[in-house]
Amino acid sequence: MADVETTPEPEPQPEPETMHGALVQRTGGDVVLFPTRDDYCAVVEVLRGDGYDMILDVTAVDYLLHPGRALPEGVQRERFEVVTMLMSHERRERVRLRVQVPASDPRLPTLFNLFPGAEAAEREVFDMFGIVFDDHPDMTRILMPEDWDGHPLRKDYPVGRIPVEFKGAPGPR
Amino acid sequence: MTDTASRPRRMRDLHCVLRLSETEAATMGDEEVAGEDQTMIINMGPQHPSTHGVLRLMLELQGEQVLRSKPIIGYLHTGMEKTGEQLTYLQGATNTTRMDYAASFFNELVFSMATERLLGIEPPPRAQWIRMLMCEMNRISSHLLFLATNGLDLGAVSMMLYGWRERDEVLSFFEQVTGLRMNHNYIRPGGVAVDLPDGWRDEVLRLLDYLPGRLDEYDVLMTGQPIWQERTQGIGVVTSDECFALGVTGPILRSTGVPWDLRRDMPYLFYDQVEFDVIVGSYGDCFDRYAIRLNEVRESIKIVRQILELMPDGDYRIQDKKVTPPPRARIDESMEALIHHFKIFTEGFKVPEGEVYVAIESARGELGCYLVSDGSSVPYRMRIRGPSFFNLQSLPHMLAGGLVADAVASISSVDPIMGEVDR
Repeated sequence: MADVETTPEPEPQPEPETMHGALVQRTGGDVVLFPTRDDYCAVVEVLRGDGYDMILDVTAVDYLLHPGRALPEGVQRERFEVVTMLMSHERRERVRLRVQVPASDPRLPTLFNLFPGAEAAEREVFDMFGIVFDDHPDMTRILMPEDWDGHPLRKDYPVGRIPVEFKGAPGPR
Repeated sequence: MTDTASRPRRMRDLHCVLRLSETEAATMGDEEVAGEDQTMIINMGPQHPSTHGVLRLMLELQGEQVLRSKPIIGYLHTGMEKTGEQLTYLQGATNTTRMDYAASFFNELVFSMATERLLGIEPPPRAQWIRMLMCEMNRISSHLLFLATNGLDLGAVSMMLYGWRERDEVLSFFEQVTGLRMNHNYIRPGGVAVDLPDGWRDEVLRLLDYLPGRLDEYDVLMTGQPIWQERTQGIGVVTSDECFALGVTGPILRSTGVPWDLRRDMPYLFYDQVEFDVIVGSYGDCFDRYAIRLNEVRESIKIVRQILELMPDGDYRIQDKKVTPPPRARIDESMEALIHHFKIFTEGFKVPEGEVYVAIESARGELGCYLVSDGSSVPYRMRIRGPSFFNLQSLPHMLAGGLVADAVASISSVDPIMGEVDR
């Protein structure tokens, strides 16, 4: 049989790493998971069963003005990201979850039923970014007055300079 | 190991948190409700001598007994996280330092560590040891503030002045090193702002020799006193389950018997090279938290003595020209130095794109900084996880079923600093 020259097979792409069904990125020693909105609570529950017994923080980032962030393949890029940090005291490890939340539908299920300590942090995310947490026991503003309009940490919310009446002073930046 | 799944269910069953919005509470006040078992919703704060800053507590009372409560915060909110997005990384420490204003070095440290992690640089050893020294002295001054305010809240009025007197000695040491008594802007990305002054060892030794005697005096004044014990033992009890569920860290978590201290369990700087004990309580009450903080001062004194011996010579900040401004004298000699100085102080140095979370053990618990950078010279998002923000969530659980007078003791034992709660 003649030796047929075959084109070399392309290198098999390494499988994107997943953990408990969420894509993983390892940045600088940290483990970061990227669950989808639907999987969010399930992944947190699995992590809690796996020894991550304390919630450290729930916060959000508005990527409206960001030039472009590195996300693993398969993650649907959205305007908001809710970042949750969990700690395993036994393993002395932290894990970070970054969930993409679209601006058109800024909702996410609450972690209150898994970690009651998320209550105040989720209220702050609602207050500052306008992301509503479904089934949260008290979804009201926590830092701003209750009747405030707008969500201050969004990138399209102005910084709020008060013009000062001094001769020759620069105006609002 | 306790059953992690049943914890939240038990938390909800406890019904300690009064979930009532301000408008609802206002309208409720107008209704006439008759009956002996009527409960009253009253406000404590935000201007109140015992609420440790501008903390407002909505208490549901039945007679003198607190049923449910809700801490309402936001009275000190000044948009520091938004401000953090406008200031360069060199200016960032001036902003974060004012969050936990009683223990300001910790805020500067965590912001600088997060920036350095993104930059991929490591400050020189002397800088790290200087940072440790200042942080432990700051832990001492913060705990002295706690002892002073805790004493005052519970009636030991003279304790207020004793604590303040000791704290002022420590603050005058800070003034000698950094130029400021509080909110120093000393720990910056790359190292520290200036080297320790001549004669710092003598000054620190003077403090270390003077403090233990005073701490023993506090033991006589408070720890062994029956009135003190009556007012703090068994008051404001939290369990370790509650702490884990609520994200409570620091002396409150340690008072429940969990020996978790980031300096020991996830060491940073050079804490793995010094010997110290982690103080742990057993009952989770106010007395335990008081005793833990008193003894943490003793442990910090122990650590500072070791730092005095182990402090190396060397640079007090990294020599990377892109990050560290040149010494002022060189600006007269070198055009390059002038240009670097100008660029760093006006535009700032650029930090590579990325995100990082760094946490340290501050005087109040796990203080974390989540920094997102977009490659420019200002942070894209700077989030400071203030321990008091999460520790306050344990307050309704401490107050439930107690008297109003015990509420004062419990709030004081949580030791919240509203600057880091509200930011």
